[in-house]
Amino acid sequence: MTQIKMHLLVCGGTGCRSSHSELVAKALNESLANHGLDAEAKVVSTGCFGFCEKGPIVKVVPDNTFYVQVNPDDAEEIVKEHVLKGRKVQRLLYLDPEKEKTVSDDRHMTFYKKQIRIALRNCGFIDPENIDEYIARDGYSALAKCLTEFTPQQVIDIIKKSGLRGRGGGGFPTGLKWEITSRVQADQKYVICNADEGDPGAFMDRSILEGDPHSVIEAMAINGYCTGASKGLVYIRAEYPLAIKRLQIAIDQARKYGLLGENIFGTGFNFDIELRYGAGAFVCGEETALIHSMEGKRGEPTFKPPFPSEHGYLGKPSNVNNVETYANVPVIILKGPEWFASIGTEKSKGTKVFALAGKVNNVGLIEVPMGITLREVIFEIGGGIKGGKEFKAVQTGGPSGGCLTARHLDTPIDYDNLLAAGSMMGSGGMIVMDEDDCMVSIAKFYLEFTVEESCGKCSPCRIGNKRLHEILEKICKGEGTMEDLEKLKNLSQVIKDTSLCGLGQTSPNPVLSTLENFWDEYVEHVVDKKCRAGVCKSLMKYTIDQEACVGCTACARACPVNAISGERKQPHTINQSICIKCGACMEKCKFNAVLLQ
Amino acid sequence: MAIIKLPECKVNQLKEICKSFNNDSGELINVLHKAQDVFGYLPAEVQEIVAKELNVSVAHVYGVVSFYSFFTMTPKGRYPISICMGTACYVRGAEKVLDEFRRELGVQVGESTPDGRHSLACLRCVGACGLAPVVMVGEKVYGRVAPEDVKGILAEYANL
Repeated sequence: MTQIKMHLLVCGGTGCRSSHSELVAKALNESLANHGLDAEAKVVSTGCFGFCEKGPIVKVVPDNTFYVQVNPDDAEEIVKEHVLKGRKVQRLLYLDPEKEKTVSDDRHMTFYKKQIRIALRNCGFIDPENIDEYIARDGYSALAKCLTEFTPQQVIDIIKKSGLRGRGGGGFPTGLKWEITSRVQADQKYVICNADEGDPGAFMDRSILEGDPHSVIEAMAINGYCTGASKGLVYIRAEYPLAIKRLQIAIDQARKYGLLGENIFGTGFNFDIELRYGAGAFVCGEETALIHSMEGKRGEPTFKPPFPSEHGYLGKPSNVNNVETYANVPVIILKGPEWFASIGTEKSKGTKVFALAGKVNNVGLIEVPMGITLREVIFEIGGGIKGGKEFKAVQTGGPSGGCLTARHLDTPIDYDNLLAAGSMMGSGGMIVMDEDDCMVSIAKFYLEFTVEESCGKCSPCRIGNKRLHEILEKICKGEGTMEDLEKLKNLSQVIKDTSLCGLGQTSPNPVLSTLENFWDEYVEHVVDKKCRAGVCKSLMKYTIDQEACVGCTACARACPVNAISGERKQPHTINQSICIKCGACMEKCKFNAVLLQ
Repeated sequence: MAIIKLPECKVNQLKEICKSFNNDSGELINVLHKAQDVFGYLPAEVQEIVAKELNVSVAHVYGVVSFYSFFTMTPKGRYPISICMGTACYVRGAEKVLDEFRRELGVQVGESTPDGRHSLACLRCVGACGLAPVVMVGEKVYGRVAPEDVKGILAEYANL
């Protein structure tokens, strides 16, 4: 048998695949074969490395060389130089923007330095479509340990002691949930994995399923052992074809190895998993709505209690946890609850995966210990704001969360601190905004989402959010009054207090937090009819500086609606009643004669 | 009842799909997914057949179809265009890109061009936030799209 001396790990996550990482993998394979090196080096398509900004990523192990933005054309050089001669391809290394020096080892990159990868431990390290690689990384040994060494209650106690809380957003103590489900008597129980990641701008669950599906399967089986359930169901978004494919492969492989099915490890424990597809409804992330959807109905939530732990799928007790929550479980069993609890803050233990996106230099998927500050995340890991602009706000928790500002930058991130600051952990979306973002428009953007996604069952959410959206639209058009701002506040509070489920109870958060943190900006829109970020079109006016204009007609030709008139070599003017404020004239003018007010 | 215009073989195919899920009404969503794969969309006739096969009311099926954004009752274009309206894409200018597509195609979101080549839709986060703003044409992903790129993208499909 020939010994494989080197592995070329190519990111096969959705982000990198969108920039053709499969072609890179293919080119590497071809090149290795051409040089007769295919017995010594192996190309592995892995899950997401997290550094999506610089994708496609190729990592060479064992020397930990981290290549960024690799093209299929670069494959030959990597093979010839690195694999054959052991010389790193300098031009493909990551360039540290501060020190202006290349960094070859990802462990020395600021993007990775402060990260602790627990839930993402195998993402970007193993081939997710090969169960042997997962097993080689202690996969399924946590399940074996639970089945052969612990009673179900002992496992529950370990999870309780670890302090793990639900990573889907609510932060409910996981161990307690498991205990409640385990105590209910029933002939059939279900283990449900919530993989309906509907939060726009969040993709951590998808990355885990794409990069390390077995960790979720293993944890679900452990949960089945604890709660006495023999059936598991994964509710996954139909929009995630790659995650579905890899999860299905993983389930089939686990069955083949006897890690799912009957009499697992010869202990008499039976457990199997099936997939259920979502169909694009944000509200289905709410557990009661999710269960209705799995039953083939409209995904409308119902009042809690009864909780799914008592009355869930098909009326049977069901334990619902999110993907990331499950992904933490096997490690906790293997390394012990004390180890896990030593990471994080007093009430929030462990790590959290965030999808860092928006106006930040290093967009990507990161996993950081609880208690890290927003400043560390945005300015160290995230590498600061794009284009050297001014940081304005960071939005956490998606449509249920809020916008935090510069004064929150040093707040340690955990469930309770974020709630106190008027936002929430949510599933982990983290969108950074700069001076060019209008906070009123951002609030409007989220409300648009909520209005679309409200299931319509209860009136505060169905009608209230619609009214909120209308008021915000009015303000963005410059027709708002100070009274509207009062109305926004009051209505938001009513919606929060009276909505049936989590969607409605949190949907006004983007409005309330922007009102609280960016009151001035709202007042500017209402009183001065001004949008300082230049986003609200109705409040903007393009004019031509009559002195600077040389009459080159470039603007008039660029104007899509023929709103600009004027003779050649004479100053032009914009007809305000026709202008659609697209800004095309401003882009075309070489003399800076088009002004935006 | 609407007149069934579907060819016999398609009707049978649909019935087979229902049967493969044991005609279980709890599998309605899975059945609809398969049906949409076959037909491209879910017209009234398809919903009626599914309702009959699974022994539920047409209203129930319609209720589910209209509830979930993944299901559509209008046919999509041959090269459907979806603009990501996730937050990351939104803050990086997805709206301007959408405006440009609207203007170039002369259709609104949810509509198709008269020649059936393109349909225009918004979607929520494909998870390629590093490439924001993102546009999908069919299965192909275009990253870091600026309004100026729209014409070029459309040109790729002009003769197809």
